[in-house]
Amino acid sequence: MALDEVKIGGLGASRRRVEDNRFIRGKGNYVDDIVLPGMLHMEILRSPLAHAEIKSIDTSAAYAIPGVRMVMTGEMMAARNLAWMPTLSYDTQAVLATDKVRFQGQEVCCVIADDPYIAKDGCEAIVVDYEPLPPIVNPMQAREDGAPVIRDDKVGQDNNVIFDWEVGDKDGTDKAFAEADLVSEISMHYPRSHPSPIESCGSIADYDRSTSKLTVYMTSQAPHIVRAAVSLVAEIPEHMIRIVSPDLGGGFGNKVPVYPGYVMSILASILLERPVKWIEDKSGNLISTGFGRDVYLKGQLAVRNDGKILGVRMHTDSDHGAFFSDAQPSKFKIGLMHAAFACYDVPHAHLTAQGVYTNKAPGGVAYRCSFRITEAMFFQERMVQAAADDLGMDQAEFRRMNLVKDDDFPKRTPFGFLTDSGQYEKCLQLGLDAIGYDDFKKQKEEAKARGRLLGIGISTMTEPLGAGNSREYDILGIKMFDSAELRVHMTGKAILRTGAKTQGQGHETTWAQIVAHELGIPAEDIIVEEGDTDTAPFGMGTYASRSTPVAGAAVSMVSRKIRAKARKIAAHLLEVSDEDIDWELGRFYVRGAQDRGVTIQECAMAAYSNVPDGMEPGLDNTAYYDPPNLTWPFACYIATVEVDPETGVWDVLRLVAVDDCGVRINPMIVEGQIMGGLTEAYAMASMQFITFDEDGNCVGGNYMDYLLPTAWETPGFELHEVVTPCPHHPIGAKGIGECATVGGPAAFVNAVMDALKGTGARNIDMPLLPDRVYEALQTGKDIFGHPPVKTDS
Amino acid sequence: MTSLFEEVPPTAVSSDIPTTRVELKVNGETRAANVEPRLLLAHLLRSGFKLTGTHTGCDTTNCGACTVLYDGQPVKSCTMFAVQANGHEVMTVEGLATSSELHPIQEGFKDEHGLQCGFCTPGMMMSAKALLDENPNPTEDEVRWALSGNLCRCTGYQNIVKAVLWAAEKMRGPEPAAETEGE
Repeated sequence: MALDEVKIGGLGASRRRVEDNRFIRGKGNYVDDIVLPGMLHMEILRSPLAHAEIKSIDTSAAYAIPGVRMVMTGEMMAARNLAWMPTLSYDTQAVLATDKVRFQGQEVCCVIADDPYIAKDGCEAIVVDYEPLPPIVNPMQAREDGAPVIRDDKVGQDNNVIFDWEVGDKDGTDKAFAEADLVSEISMHYPRSHPSPIESCGSIADYDRSTSKLTVYMTSQAPHIVRAAVSLVAEIPEHMIRIVSPDLGGGFGNKVPVYPGYVMSILASILLERPVKWIEDKSGNLISTGFGRDVYLKGQLAVRNDGKILGVRMHTDSDHGAFFSDAQPSKFKIGLMHAAFACYDVPHAHLTAQGVYTNKAPGGVAYRCSFRITEAMFFQERMVQAAADDLGMDQAEFRRMNLVKDDDFPKRTPFGFLTDSGQYEKCLQLGLDAIGYDDFKKQKEEAKARGRLLGIGISTMTEPLGAGNSREYDILGIKMFDSAELRVHMTGKAILRTGAKTQGQGHETTWAQIVAHELGIPAEDIIVEEGDTDTAPFGMGTYASRSTPVAGAAVSMVSRKIRAKARKIAAHLLEVSDEDIDWELGRFYVRGAQDRGVTIQECAMAAYSNVPDGMEPGLDNTAYYDPPNLTWPFACYIATVEVDPETGVWDVLRLVAVDDCGVRINPMIVEGQIMGGLTEAYAMASMQFITFDEDGNCVGGNYMDYLLPTAWETPGFELHEVVTPCPHHPIGAKGIGECATVGGPAAFVNAVMDALKGTGARNIDMPLLPDRVYEALQTGKDIFGHPPVKTDS
Repeated sequence: MTSLFEEVPPTAVSSDIPTTRVELKVNGETRAANVEPRLLLAHLLRSGFKLTGTHTGCDTTNCGACTVLYDGQPVKSCTMFAVQANGHEVMTVEGLATSSELHPIQEGFKDEHGLQCGFCTPGMMMSAKALLDENPNPTEDEVRWALSGNLCRCTGYQNIVKAVLWAAEKMRGPEPAAETEGE
């Protein structure tokens, strides 16, 4: 009898998570929970200034404190050729500053001491003499004639421009615009934000002189990339480096890069021959590590009077801070910005992009998104709403008219990606029905007559998830495939390891479900392990929603390899030829004689005790999976809001989400991911941003200033699903962890702007703080939110 | 603390910083330590008593990952000195379950998928316990308000709220049948 797939915890089972057993008991194992014998503690002294020359550093008072073991400076790093390290975007980044500091929060010294309190004392005792330089806090300033050159350390860099990049069909787009009835134009800033996992970054480096082996426990979403980077930077042979990424307290892209703190702890451990622990405080995390967004858009849509979009023009200016350390596929300078308008049938599109250095923290990580796709989809959906409004057309109708139709797949996107499947209109309609679109529009008009401001906002988008295929997607030349290794023990239990690294996504639960689906081994009989480079196969890690599309596919493929071998064993046990064997979940049987069969567990036992002549014993294998294409989940998010005209405060009335992420491995976990994403979307739309004052001081450097929504502010969410299986993924799944963060913000902003329709204001930059909304209501003008923020004087 | 020996530094490292003896009840067990006055309660629990379920997230009393119960009241242990706990009772996440049985709040978090990365979870559960100890039948709004000192970046709170309501229901036990009759 075939097994009941849901009962064994296979595909579609809302299986309760196995990792929860330790987390709910407080037995998680995060970096800061690890204690090694003889361990020392490191603390970083950061620059208080955004831009300054370092005149001198006096560490003598720090050394005088009992318990301080070492103070490291940029000079010491430079003597070992470690003052600078390569970034993931072919740039360099200072590990410890030597000549200048280039952003507030930059690493200047570090102190290693017997305990973390003494290390902090040591930092306070260091005297650094700075000569302030004029800071640059936005791209406009960076491009000004005579602006100070921030990266004067780089030979040939005589301005602040990092790249000029373009993609698309300029001539065709120009022609489309010439033929348009109307050109709708809108400019905006997607503000700098920070992924801000509750757990900050940290590491424990443990160099063992006797074996020459370096073990680093650290907060990394991509431990194998770190191993390669450490090997190249520190010139330690790769086989002598073991990176262990234990439980991570969230990541959201923030824990992809290699940060100076990790490198310092490694060098300190080598020099002192003791384990050295570095645990970053929250402020250090917020002001120095990988941020997201900070992109300015000038967007134009060429439309016909009947609503058809003829062409798209986008220009982006992006602020990358002092070092170009974006974590993204190397071929694309502004991430996957050019996936904009992928869900719409747009014949011509052209994008130009310029990136600049400023005196702000470096980064540009894929903050819960696939490499700048959050900006792309936000811009797209704001442009779409603006164009619908300019045409005087209903926003839902305008979308419906331009969305790619079901039978148009496979379809080239305006910038040349290939989308392969989807039911866009169905998702949109489901969302409209769920929210009661027509009723709400009536309600809105009635409310308006009574002086109340209601608004409804739609966001429809498809997101390219699961880099790569390796033809196009690499980081520093390393192809973006992923891996899984499965060992089935003789009793039919198994251990699975992958090159991904869970940070809350629940891999320990869901990967076992994929194996259960492929092999019929109950999910509870499979243990999943990730994050240890000595044991896990090489993979590119978890970010940009690539786990299920790539590593998850590898889990399927390795299971199928195991099944292929088990089939031969089954034929041997059943004394028939391979071709006469059929498979049902968990069991092979003789074709035509279903009662004559062997279970996968019996095959496993035979693999160790009774293999056919000439067959290698054992039942394990490894698969490396290079996806043929990205996966393209689709989503429709619709928000309704009420704006208080007296205060500018807005409340979310309802949020309806329709997600099509293909086949759902574990529906409970999928829904959890969507709700988490929607909350970050709401956060960015309403309160969460990192801004700077004119002097380059970070104005969001702790949780008192960097506002994250609590359970009290966060609205409730209504979730719906459509399932269009991904045609090329082994189990038809697509990425889902980030769709809501990507598509969500535009739904909230479009809703508020819909409430303000008729005032004259067409855009308010996020976050839509009450004072900004109030000012827009009062003035009828667009509100720009970019730094420098106004200061009282 | 019983050990055959305690290593002391070769020179008097912190001679100018006096230490103070604190004695407190942690999860029902009396524990004592000599601490510097500036040592935070969170660090005494984590580094001193090896109770690493209490996490430190933000250092500024905002995120609530370090929430413990202090004489039954939820406090953020990153913003309390260890010496302030002298003579008091502290309960951490490790005190929720018995060796054989989970607390209903723990069961609720697992059953309702109220956690993802798990980092905020101990603090969330301690705040939830303080709420349910005082109010066994809270509304959704009351749960949201009681948890508003605890930040979560993964879940969007909806399932956390459901988890707490699930636990409340379980802790109340079956409703008396009479209540539903007669309407």
